Amino acid sequence: MDFKVLFAIAKTHIFTRIKQSAIAALGVTFGIATFIILVSFMTGLNGLLDGMILNRTPHIHLYNEIVPSKKQPVNLWEKTSKQWSVVSSVKPKQKQSRIYNALPLIEALKKSDDVYGLTAQVSTQAFYTAGTIELNGLINGVNIMQEAKLFNIDDYIIEGEIKDLHQNDNGIIVGAGVAKKMSAKIGDRIQLVSARGGQLSLKIVAIYQSGLAEIDNVQSYANIKTVQQLMGESSNYITDINIKLHDMDKAFPLAKAYERIYNVTAVDIHTANAQFDTGTTIRNIITYAVSITLLIVAGFGIYNILNMFIYEKMNDIAILKATGFSGNDVMFIFISQALILGLVGGVLGLLFGYSASVLIDNIPFVTEALPTVKTYPVNFDSSYYLIGMGFAIVSTFFAGYLPAKKAKSIDPVEILRGQ
Amino acid sequence: MSVIRPSVIRAEGINKIFREPVDFHVLKDISFDIKMGEFVSIMGKSGCGKSTLLYILSTMDTDYTGDLFLNDKMITKDDPTQLARIRNEQIGFVFQFHYLLPEFSVLENVMLPARKLAKKSFEEIEFDAYQVLEMLDIKHIARKKSYRISGGEKQRVAIARALINQPSIIMGDEPTGNLDSKNSDNVLSIFKQLAAEKGLTLLVVTHDLDFAKRTDRIITMGDGRVIDHGFNT
Repeated sequence: MDFKVLFAIAKTHIFTRIKQSAIAALGVTFGIATFIILVSFMTGLNGLLDGMILNRTPHIHLYNEIVPSKKQPVNLWEKTSKQWSVVSSVKPKQKQSRIYNALPLIEALKKSDDVYGLTAQVSTQAFYTAGTIELNGLINGVNIMQEAKLFNIDDYIIEGEIKDLHQNDNGIIVGAGVAKKMSAKIGDRIQLVSARGGQLSLKIVAIYQSGLAEIDNVQSYANIKTVQQLMGESSNYITDINIKLHDMDKAFPLAKAYERIYNVTAVDIHTANAQFDTGTTIRNIITYAVSITLLIVAGFGIYNILNMFIYEKMNDIAILKATGFSGNDVMFIFISQALILGLVGGVLGLLFGYSASVLIDNIPFVTEALPTVKTYPVNFDSSYYLIGMGFAIVSTFFAGYLPAKKAKSIDPVEILRGQ
Repeated sequence: MSVIRPSVIRAEGINKIFREPVDFHVLKDISFDIKMGEFVSIMGKSGCGKSTLLYILSTMDTDYTGDLFLNDKMITKDDPTQLARIRNEQIGFVFQFHYLLPEFSVLENVMLPARKLAKKSFEEIEFDAYQVLEMLDIKHIARKKSYRISGGEKQRVAIARALINQPSIIMGDEPTGNLDSKNSDNVLSIFKQLAAEKGLTLLVVTHDLDFAKRTDRIITMGDGRVIDHGFNT
């Protein structure tokens, strides 16, 4: 069959009713453009929020929690095993908060296929003193380059460079709140006093801001060796191991496994950020619900206009059928009309959506929480453009299919007789 | 009638009943045979079923009983796609109200059935269309949109469109019913010329007696039956 002639008829119909056609196509354009804008912006925002948590949160956090023993000695004693034993005022045993056998454990984890990378930390309470001020603080001993690579700590540095800490054993990165309270700036020295009385004088090489005041007011980072020195501990003293996995979804079972195998406390990211996971899911649902609604509305617009069109074109349909065009030919004409409108409207929608996204991407957006973010986040993932185009074509196909089916079944005799 | 001419369209015992709004037996045992090169008119009062018969003969209406033969081939049981093909290739149609596609040019209107048939290239079809238009003396309006031409011109374009695929038969449903006498004469003389020069078979439904009298044979219908086959005149 010669589809060219059918296609030519569809084209003529569109061009002779250019206003109606344009309105139908604009309906699709509007739907697709809004879909693109919404999805790009929402997923961009989601990505930003995800990043805030996910980038700096380890997938699995290993540490040694100080808790009272679940098995009290009295329970181990045979004679009392079949009776009620009540131990009052249970307290945890005096022990160190370090992870036992940390260095072999790190080696073992590094060899695991699931682990993308890990960082070891030593964290301890300390006082910052500068002049007469004494501030309570928390100091983390880290390998700063690894932290930057795995947990993007450099995104939160508002002044200075992390590599200065890497190169200087007597350097420290302080939180913005700490620096403000002590009126300290880069290059100043502050004294650190540990709970056990160890003292160190460190030079501020950078200032970071996480956006959470509670953290920024107490936390600071120094090299792992420096903190071990402050505490008077050897180089195998490690309090925390932060693990980043290849596949985040495995965090929960792996955390359980590590807990059992290595006898440490392991917290996975989902447990630590349950409320956050829920938020992301709901935002995604809202985005898709709104977008699909818009596209369906656009589909109804096309359906309506084509329907009207077919009523206007009854005579044409009858004449086409009388001169030998089959019902399928007529159907093809109207479906291809719908698809042309969908295609044109869809492409325009993508262009509009993209331009608007670029516009949004350039609107200033300043937030304390994210010092490196300067404009609204927009996700330019090409798969959304494919989805948008796909939906434009599918929805216009169905919007055109129903009226076209009606056109197919029109009885030419009724029309010709009716005149 | 010494030469036996082959049959072009033959009806055998055609019955048609309208179901809506009440049962009405509109065609009763219609049988006739139209031979190649005949110019036949069907006459009858309004409501006698002559248009209904024409729609059945044209294969557009398939809701009837009885047998219909085109070129001695039974087409009653054909499916809608085959029938569309038959209409496209074998039957040319001229209606009372011209029925052109208004947004298309005259040339495009004439070319459409041939492009649908797709037996010739676009250029060949265009050449054929110009020839037909020239024969009907309307070549000069070929590029005009068909809603911008006069009623008489429209009917001639419709005839040109009916001729483009060189069909076995041309059917007309009151082709002059909407035209003034000058244009009616014009159409009639075109038909007569086609029958005489090209040996075309024509079947025209009309209630215009003057028109009918100038055809080869008048089939008269009344009350759903063929009253007179017109062989005696």
